[in-house]
Amino acid sequence: MKKWLSKYLPAGRTGVIAVPYVWLLFFFALPFFFVLKISFAEPDIAQPPYTPLLTHEESKTTITLNSGKYSTILDEVKSFGTESWADAAEQSQYVIAYWNAIKLAFLTMICTLLIGYPLAYNIARADEATRNTLLMLVMIPFWTSFLLRVYAWIGILKDNGVINNILLWLGVIDTPLQMLYTPFSVLLGMVYNYLPFMILPLYAHLTKLDGRLFEAAADLGASKWTIFLKITLPLSKAGIIAGSMMVFIPAVGEYVIPALLGGGDVVFIGNKLMDDFGPNLDWPQAAAVAVVMLALLIPPIVWFQRFEQKQQEEAA
Amino acid sequence: MNKMPLSNRLFMVMGYFFLYVPIASLVIFSFNESRLVTVWGGFSFKWYGEMFRNDDLLHAAGLSFKIAFLSATLAVVLGTLAGFVLARFGRFKGQSLFAGLTSAPMVMPEVIVGLSMLLLFVSLQSGLGCSSDEPLGLLSRMGCWAFGERGMITIWIGHTTLCMAYVAVLVQSRLKELDRSLEDAAMDLGCHPFKVFFIITIPVIAPALVSGWLLSFTLSLDDYVLTAFLSGPGSTTMPQWIFSSVRIGPTPEVNALATVVIVVVTLFVVVSNRLMLSAQAKRDKAMQAAFSGKS
Repeated sequence: MKKWLSKYLPAGRTGVIAVPYVWLLFFFALPFFFVLKISFAEPDIAQPPYTPLLTHEESKTTITLNSGKYSTILDEVKSFGTESWADAAEQSQYVIAYWNAIKLAFLTMICTLLIGYPLAYNIARADEATRNTLLMLVMIPFWTSFLLRVYAWIGILKDNGVINNILLWLGVIDTPLQMLYTPFSVLLGMVYNYLPFMILPLYAHLTKLDGRLFEAAADLGASKWTIFLKITLPLSKAGIIAGSMMVFIPAVGEYVIPALLGGGDVVFIGNKLMDDFGPNLDWPQAAAVAVVMLALLIPPIVWFQRFEQKQQEEAA
Repeated sequence: MNKMPLSNRLFMVMGYFFLYVPIASLVIFSFNESRLVTVWGGFSFKWYGEMFRNDDLLHAAGLSFKIAFLSATLAVVLGTLAGFVLARFGRFKGQSLFAGLTSAPMVMPEVIVGLSMLLLFVSLQSGLGCSSDEPLGLLSRMGCWAFGERGMITIWIGHTTLCMAYVAVLVQSRLKELDRSLEDAAMDLGCHPFKVFFIITIPVIAPALVSGWLLSFTLSLDDYVLTAFLSGPGSTTMPQWIFSSVRIGPTPEVNALATVVIVVVTLFVVVSNRLMLSAQAKRDKAMQAAFSGKS
């Protein structure tokens, strides 16, 4: 019995690899194939709400590929340069949504880097007890519900919110400033929520730096800035890249923050996808949007993974 | 260590101020008598009472906790295997694809992951013939039981896939830091690799497993986007309740919920941090003793 089993069950090593591998292939990799497939279907009032690609009729099998969902996006790209901004806002909604997402994700990456680097640097150089407390203080907001943190900004930024109430009370302004539902509020919400994703990888790399390097450089007469530019910055490059990618890539696909802080005026591509999936019930369009988004994101993702792998091999 | 210059200190204070102002405002306005969240109408605990009488919220919270518990547990099992394979198995066929698949869920936008998983489940449902009246085979009957309708099981699978990536990274980096010699010694002495894994590797990486489980639990408890794709009617989770009430017009009830979450999280982080630090100190000491030959 045992022998019979061992003949059919994979050996220990293969078995250990197979369990997580099969799970990831089935639930993470395989689904992308269905996205690609359904992006070539047409919406239909049926269960499921799209037409099949393969149809059997009188022992004949036909494949119907509908590229119309990609044309919607492509046509917008083509006409984008030729129309005025007012028309573009009306007619090129997908292009604008892609552009908004990439632009604000990039700005988020820059802002989190500018705020996160000095924070991570100072945490890494603090003495051990302080370091632990400071890190914990970064982690606590991160462990608190993401949705609730976004909601907090609504209360602060809205017309009768905290900032406007204070400014009105101080007499700085007479009428409330419009801060919520602007690109500013979306950017602020994104920077706030993605900051820990920047700080933690930066900290992990900065804390590994050997303090003796700084001492040696200082003994040899290097100024603080020279030390920073010639030693700290190059040696923390891997942390900068890791943090930037951990922020930029998911931020491009952000949905919740523009939905709650953008109020329909700042629309990301993730929101267009959710609209096509939900209210519009146009799943093939949502799938085409996802395929295009994936095509835009795969180069940075692959590049980042290569980079990480190279780093690990160098460390080993 | 050198003392921090004043300018750095100032920057740190501002940075932490930025991190904590929204949290403070959430807590303060949870005690607001007025329905309008940010217009102060006097001090009151009334929204805490409202919250505990809100059946929709309690039901959603119950479901969220159940899913978070299940997802964290399965994610720790699968993530530990994945992290162990990546840290200890060296090169094997398909290794770089495996490494890519393990870490990709962390960066891949959730709208894409959610939509693709949904389309997988929907295709499985029609492929297995779940809605037809024809008699089903045993396999498809099992498939339909699991994926037949969107609900707890589909959300569980989605959250597990997301969370196991985080666990794998934690386990992998913990294993890389650790000395292999204990495992090697046990194996040299004829201990079966499975036994080595359970009596040496697992206890040694236990802190990473605990933090992986906790991280998975909070990620799952917090997830809105994946759940929006994978949940069906009747499976509203807590984030979905929060999202829709924020959209419709929030009351300080949401702030009361937030305050409870913040208090619980803070206590948890502080306590587990203390425990982890003392456990680590103890273990480091034991390791040192073991390697220096003293008992």
